[in-house]
Amino acid sequence: MADKRKKEQEQAPPIAMKGGGMRGGPRVVGKVGKPDKATVKRLLGYIFKDYKLHFFFVLICILCSSLAGVAGSLFLETLIDDYITPLIGVDSPDFSGLLKVLCVMGVIYLVGMVSTFLYNRIMVTVSQGVQKKIRDEMFENMQYLPIKYFDQRTHGDIMSHYTNDIDTLRQMLSQSIPQAFSSLITIVSVFIAMVTTSVYLTIFVILSIMGMMFVTGKIAGKSGKYFVGQQKSIAEVNGYIEEMINGQKVIKVFCHEDTAKEDFDKLNEELCLNAREANTFANILGPINNNLGHIQYALIAVLGGILAVNKIGGLSLGGIAAFLQLSKSFTMPVNQISQQINYIVMALAGAKRIFALIDEKHEDDNGYVTLVNAKHNLNGEIEETEEHTGLWAWKHPHENGTTTYTELKGDVVLDMVDFGYTEEKMVLHDISIFAEPGQKIAFVGSTGAGKTTITNLINRFYDIADGKIRYDGININKIKKADLRRSLGIVLQETCLFTGTVMENIRYGNLKATDEEVYAAARLANADDFIRRLPQGYDTMLTENGAQLSQGQRQLIAIARAAVADPPVMILDEATSSIDTRTEAIVQMGMDSLMKGRTVFVIAHRLSTVQNSDVIMVLEKGRIIERGNHEKLISEKGKYYQLYTGMFELD
Amino acid sequence: MIKTLLARVREFKVPSILTPVFMVGEVFMEVLIPLLMASLIDNGINGNNGEGDLKHILIVAGLLVVCCVISLFAGAGGGKFGAVASTGFAKNLRKDMFHKVQEYSFENIDKFSTASLVTRLTSDVTRLQDAYQMILRIAVRSPITLIFSLIMAFSINAKISIVFLCAIPILAIGLALIMTHAHPVFERVFKRYDKLNSVVQENVSGMRVVKAFVREEHEIEKFKGVSGAIYDDFCYAEKLLAFNGPLMQLCMYGGMIAISWLGAQFIVVEGTLTTGELMGIMTYAMQILMSLMMLSMIFVMITMARASAERVCEVLNEESTLKDPEKPVTEVRDGSVCFKDVSFAYKKGGSLALTDIDLNIKSGETVGIIGGTGSSKSTLVQLIPRLYDVTEGCIEVGGVDVRKYDIDTLRNEVAMVLQKNTLFSGTIKENLRWGNAEATDEEIIHACKLACADSFITTFPDGYDTYIEQGGTNVSGGQKQRLCIARALLKKPKILILDDSTSAVDTATDAMIRKAFREEIPDTTKFIIAQRISSVQDADKIIVIEGGKINGIGTHEELLSSNEIYKEVYYSQQKGGDDNG
Repeated sequence: MADKRKKEQEQAPPIAMKGGGMRGGPRVVGKVGKPDKATVKRLLGYIFKDYKLHFFFVLICILCSSLAGVAGSLFLETLIDDYITPLIGVDSPDFSGLLKVLCVMGVIYLVGMVSTFLYNRIMVTVSQGVQKKIRDEMFENMQYLPIKYFDQRTHGDIMSHYTNDIDTLRQMLSQSIPQAFSSLITIVSVFIAMVTTSVYLTIFVILSIMGMMFVTGKIAGKSGKYFVGQQKSIAEVNGYIEEMINGQKVIKVFCHEDTAKEDFDKLNEELCLNAREANTFANILGPINNNLGHIQYALIAVLGGILAVNKIGGLSLGGIAAFLQLSKSFTMPVNQISQQINYIVMALAGAKRIFALIDEKHEDDNGYVTLVNAKHNLNGEIEETEEHTGLWAWKHPHENGTTTYTELKGDVVLDMVDFGYTEEKMVLHDISIFAEPGQKIAFVGSTGAGKTTITNLINRFYDIADGKIRYDGININKIKKADLRRSLGIVLQETCLFTGTVMENIRYGNLKATDEEVYAAARLANADDFIRRLPQGYDTMLTENGAQLSQGQRQLIAIARAAVADPPVMILDEATSSIDTRTEAIVQMGMDSLMKGRTVFVIAHRLSTVQNSDVIMVLEKGRIIERGNHEKLISEKGKYYQLYTGMFELD
Repeated sequence: MIKTLLARVREFKVPSILTPVFMVGEVFMEVLIPLLMASLIDNGINGNNGEGDLKHILIVAGLLVVCCVISLFAGAGGGKFGAVASTGFAKNLRKDMFHKVQEYSFENIDKFSTASLVTRLTSDVTRLQDAYQMILRIAVRSPITLIFSLIMAFSINAKISIVFLCAIPILAIGLALIMTHAHPVFERVFKRYDKLNSVVQENVSGMRVVKAFVREEHEIEKFKGVSGAIYDDFCYAEKLLAFNGPLMQLCMYGGMIAISWLGAQFIVVEGTLTTGELMGIMTYAMQILMSLMMLSMIFVMITMARASAERVCEVLNEESTLKDPEKPVTEVRDGSVCFKDVSFAYKKGGSLALTDIDLNIKSGETVGIIGGTGSSKSTLVQLIPRLYDVTEGCIEVGGVDVRKYDIDTLRNEVAMVLQKNTLFSGTIKENLRWGNAEATDEEIIHACKLACADSFITTFPDGYDTYIEQGGTNVSGGQKQRLCIARALLKKPKILILDDSTSAVDTATDAMIRKAFREEIPDTTKFIIAQRISSVQDADKIIVIEGGKINGIGTHEELLSSNEIYKEVYYSQQKGGDDNG
């Protein structure tokens, strides 16, 4: 844990202190903005674009199904008034009319059922399809975002788009929208029926429903406050749990268990209180709405009775009975909608965040120089070719229509480069480096001196503020990023392995590599030996960033991964920091053969690793303060000399 | 499992019982209300021979309002107590789990991964909280509604209610069929979700690798694969669930038509039923079917929560593999350490990480340990403060078997600076006081001077009150290591173990720390694991470990003349000038 953190810090620029943003400059936290029309429109756009017909059909089905439902609740009145009551007292009642109407109802119900079934099923396709599309788009776009985006956010923030936000969206698409729509249809049709029955009573119902909505709104507002409190408490408790469980062994070593328990209990208690309040309000909303509905029912009966008895508004008694039934059918969907509104608001907020990620701007890539396979033609000139020749060239189209080819050699020049992660604060000043093909360039300096930053500029994880970087004489801004990066092999400070077999992990460097090439790369990195001793050798599954391997073993795999890519320029950023000195010596041999003929940039803590470099740059506070080979720097008796003789600390 | 969980209800038993009681109250009212409503129509509006009986309407409406108010209070009370009970239950679960984890031995901790422990304490508990609330509120409510409504329906008219006895089994069987088919698919979907999340997680944390190797498209393919699988499974499962609605409607509509037909016969021919009663029966029909629907939902929820319950119980039922002895020794005499034929395996029956270790360290000695990656150096020293128990043999500290000590006593006397060390969020002072909660500022400064930490701490604007971020991300590796050493020193231990704890500290400072140890705490036994020969070469004893066995013991000079591995390491470092770690 400890060393991982350390590495995270050095690798990530100062704006991204993962796990805490106190000193971290601007940190973008997932904002909960108000959902706006644009979000709704765009969301609906997803539905309409690909599922126009589906959706149209769904609407019709919902219409049929809701109307069947309304017919059902109205049917009872007609049944009793028109078909049963007239038969009472009749000597030989004729049930054929009743039978007929029941058959008609049966058919209507059948249509309703079939529509319900169809719209449910189609809605599954639509909602899952939209979700898949949004998810895929989100991920696809995320791949092309600049590294800066990831620096400014915690992993948890980004992950929550894929989990929480998508989940609320699923809720809304598959449940809230259809339900809201069907409720709406019910409300409209019942409303029409109500108005035709009694205008006065309808006005009363509307008023009382407005009253109910008001109460609901009040409660929802209150519960919202507590839900925010609950969310905050959850975050605190989870954060505490994570920190403590991660440091559990330290807790044990210091017998600190009791204090940890005490502090946890406090946070836990607070969470419990907030959760209790939030849940209470959410729970009582239902009974309140229901019973207010019932009370409204009673009031309508009273009011209707008064109206009817006093012959106001031409209301018949049968009319009141019907109206009562209607008011019930009216309140229910209104309640349903008011309960769905919370979900919809939440989902729209989520959708907004998702769209923000989808809209996030890709990293700039105006490069037009590409990397192509090349061969020498009869005249000794370089020529583009289809097959893999081992010879690569930069294809450089010019404005006048001509195209030139430059052989890929690995000549890297940094010329008076300035850089800052934010505009206010420059972290690199006047950096000039000339790396000829085949040279080994080393960077030495303490944490935060800017070593990793320089390498991040070469592969354009970040763009420089001032100065120029040239690769084989071409300004790297003109080179297509993908091609630029393909020509650079990199072993990062923080080893990241993916879930998959060892073989797959090494092959990540070159997807077309044969098994033999993978073995060869592993041998080069001195990883072959331990890999073969793993339970399933190269087919051993690695999970959780290779948790079953030691830090050193993971670094060896990462080196093999870079080796299999076989690039002309290599960047090794603390690639051997976790390997013990004996093993490192062996890896070093492999690395040396790997580095032969390549331009290599090395960042290392151990001076032994960089000693045989052609040029060693000593960095301090973003400036190169000394440069030269080992002997020269030693004889100068400067910072490097101090470091080498252990007079000065390097962390 | 259920017993384990229920034991956590504790002080929330009363609300746990009150919730269903209130819910029953609400159900009572809910059953009563349709009766009153029917009466409102039958005897009120249609009463007085169809003229409308306003007085009756007022009385019944009044009653109705009373019932509603009672129902509202019962419902709200149920909601309130349900919230209290379920959040309290969750609180106790979390508390018990957290406390349990504190009692875990290293072996227990190794068994669960950190991430999985965190999930168990967080999202699994939340899921159980929801399930518990559901059970208290709905699981009791629905069957009671079902029974009450059935009783009411039967009491109105038994013959017509037979329709329910036909409809209920159809619905129940149908729902059961759908659920049993959909459930395994849903379980698979959840697994796939985990997979999707892990793809995203890895992608985000490995973004630099992805970009460096230009593997964006490869990653997108990978993601789309999982995403597509989720789509397929989800569609299948939800399409099965799409049968729910129509099935429900089939029973409801079918029932209504049957009831209408039969009702008409009874009303017209037999005269055993009134129209108002018919409406009442219809209302009950709705309630019955709704409660069945709710029951099926609960069923789904419980099956989903089962997985969480199992994971939570695993944590709660895990027994710590280390136990305080019956009559613990509470004083450590001195800092002598003795390994007697010690062998150790991390897993029972697994391969031995240490074999036949015999060591005799006198109190106050400095012991250096050298060995390659994976040679079990750390394992060796972790046995001393009893972080793990030996598999064979025994270890004595101060002449007493470590297993006979009170664990806290032992660990307070044996301070260990772990290789993977952690600082916690809080000020430097707070972090250091982990070593000794009562340490005075002078003691803290003294310890920091010993660990050569004072010099950099005083350069911080806030000095000893500088806030350390979670995991200590705002101090450098070397600074962190020295803070961790100072923290351990504050314990004033009899034995101090440094497990590769100065790897990021430069040689000069490293030497100063060792000098301070020699001069300031001469009586403390010191174990120093290092990769640098320079860190251990002036130790009284140096142990060379290779493959879990002692390869050689002796002073620097002795080993240099007799031990091949030591020689090799020494010369490789000499040649490389590796004095800077």
